Amino acid sequence: MRNWELKLVRQGWADALVELGEKNPKVVVLDADLSKSTLTCFFKEKFPEREFNIGIAEQNMVNIGAGLSIEGYIPYTATYGVFMSGRAWEQIRTTVCMNNFNVKFGGAHGGLSVGPDGASHQALEEIAVMRCLPNMTIIVPADYSEAKKATLAAAEIVGPVYLRFGREKLPVVSSDDDEFIVGKAKLMQEGTDVTIVACGAMVAEALDAADELKEKGISAEVINLHTVKPIDSEALIKSVKKTNALVTAEEHQLMGGMGSAVFEVIAQHYPVPAEMVGIKDTFGESGTPAELFEKYGCKSKNIVEKVLEVLKRKNK
Amino acid sequence: MKYPIPFDERELKLKAIQMRKDIVLQTLHAGSGHPGGSLSATEILVVLYNCIMKHDPTDPQNEGRDRFILSKGHITPGYYSILSRTGYIDEDELVKFRKFGSILQGHPKRYTQHGIEMSGGSLGQNFSVACGMAMAIKHLKKQAYKVFDLASDGELQEGSNWEAIMAAAHFKLNNLCMIVDDNNLQIDGNTCDIMGIAPIDKKFEAFNWNVINVDGHDLKAVYDAFKKFEELSKNSDRPTVIIAKTIKGQGISFMADVCGWHGKAPNQAEYDASIKELEEQEKQLKENS
Repeated sequence: MRNWELKLVRQGWADALVELGEKNPKVVVLDADLSKSTLTCFFKEKFPEREFNIGIAEQNMVNIGAGLSIEGYIPYTATYGVFMSGRAWEQIRTTVCMNNFNVKFGGAHGGLSVGPDGASHQALEEIAVMRCLPNMTIIVPADYSEAKKATLAAAEIVGPVYLRFGREKLPVVSSDDDEFIVGKAKLMQEGTDVTIVACGAMVAEALDAADELKEKGISAEVINLHTVKPIDSEALIKSVKKTNALVTAEEHQLMGGMGSAVFEVIAQHYPVPAEMVGIKDTFGESGTPAELFEKYGCKSKNIVEKVLEVLKRKNK
Repeated sequence: MKYPIPFDERELKLKAIQMRKDIVLQTLHAGSGHPGGSLSATEILVVLYNCIMKHDPTDPQNEGRDRFILSKGHITPGYYSILSRTGYIDEDELVKFRKFGSILQGHPKRYTQHGIEMSGGSLGQNFSVACGMAMAIKHLKKQAYKVFDLASDGELQEGSNWEAIMAAAHFKLNNLCMIVDDNNLQIDGNTCDIMGIAPIDKKFEAFNWNVINVDGHDLKAVYDAFKKFEELSKNSDRPTVIIAKTIKGQGISFMADVCGWHGKAPNQAEYDASIKELEEQEKQLKENS
């Protein structure tokens, strides 16, 4: 296990919003009574006239965002991922995506790492339900720095962008100087025996897994797929052509998530033995993030297990 | 800007008859569509587009225009007619309503160059959009352009409307006017039987709105109601709702107040009968004036 430095991912989003506020007068923020959790409170403090709290009314928040975008503004909406991608799904579909409106979605507290709040608040489905919407871009930053870059980059994209980030601090896996391009997967570590594709909190777990595998004499390539949509097919195909084995890892339901997106590409273009790590068709529960990651199989050791399985099939 | 033009009741009556002809024509050719709610909203749209809103079909995205958002998106036959008769859509396009390749989609698709500010069809969604536009205009642009939103009584059963109705008052959107086409009919029957929402006016009052009740087929009364809104938008910090009491299918005897005409096209014989009635109305109007 590496000795990771930890940093709040959502602080990256919050710092980027303040930066955007200074740079771009068209950027506005919409809240749904969670500005202290989503950390949009920093933007509000600095630009009170450009922040609107819509109250506990996510459907209304999203479509007010659509109205603001019609008038030329770039609204960043913020709430927990469950309410954003679930409660307001049809507004996102029929109003925002159908019209390709320039509305950004900050889906905070995604994944199991919400912890003690329990299953109702642990969003495990956002990638699946957002991914099937035409015009949508989905980014799952792996750390503070990526969250900041992704939030800034979203303002340059004309159309809806969904940003998913968790509640907990995450290992710093990138540096401020690293290049971040929406739609371009980031090669974290080169390897020859297996490709591990991860996003969000699972990127650090994948790097830890690669270290463990190295001790077993297995060379793992680790790809950080921060942009789930549009997916970087080219980078994925290139990597599995080299390794001929694939494991995906995400803090999300296996059905329809990042792993499914990767499998869609690989199954169609270059099928190889493949396994998935993630949430297996179940809801979460209260507990510490560490306890939950352990129980629901989202640890580096789960990735290692799956790698050993695919390697057996690969070598047959 | 080309509009508004002065109020002339006789002229507007003729325009309303023309709009009703367009409504049955479009649905006849499409073989589907929603005549009932289009006919109930006819006078509202005729007054609004001719005599109230500042807008210009030669410059559809003029920044200073008043905005119109259709919440009850299924009344495209009425909407496309008024857009056609005020110069946004080629009259020849009307017969292509709902057909493959036409801009005249079954429920509106946003074509700003044709004056269609917003897509529609999913009830309860667009009033929030109208709120967002009114917020942008009032609080960010600091302008006084108006935003008009046409909703239906049945549509108010959608809960997210009330989130937006709450927000409109909270954000003091006095530049925002919702018109409720209160025809007391929805697909499954009378609104009061399916899911009663009365009293609509008291609900809006309780949400801190200005409320104007009006006969939605009396052109002068509708005009006065909009004028009252213009006044209120200067003297009050509340949004305004105009509750227009209407009859679904108004203007065509066998469609009036009949639930079945919500989403049904006339056949050729029914179309001919409709046109005959409307031409008779036109003739009488011309003889009497």
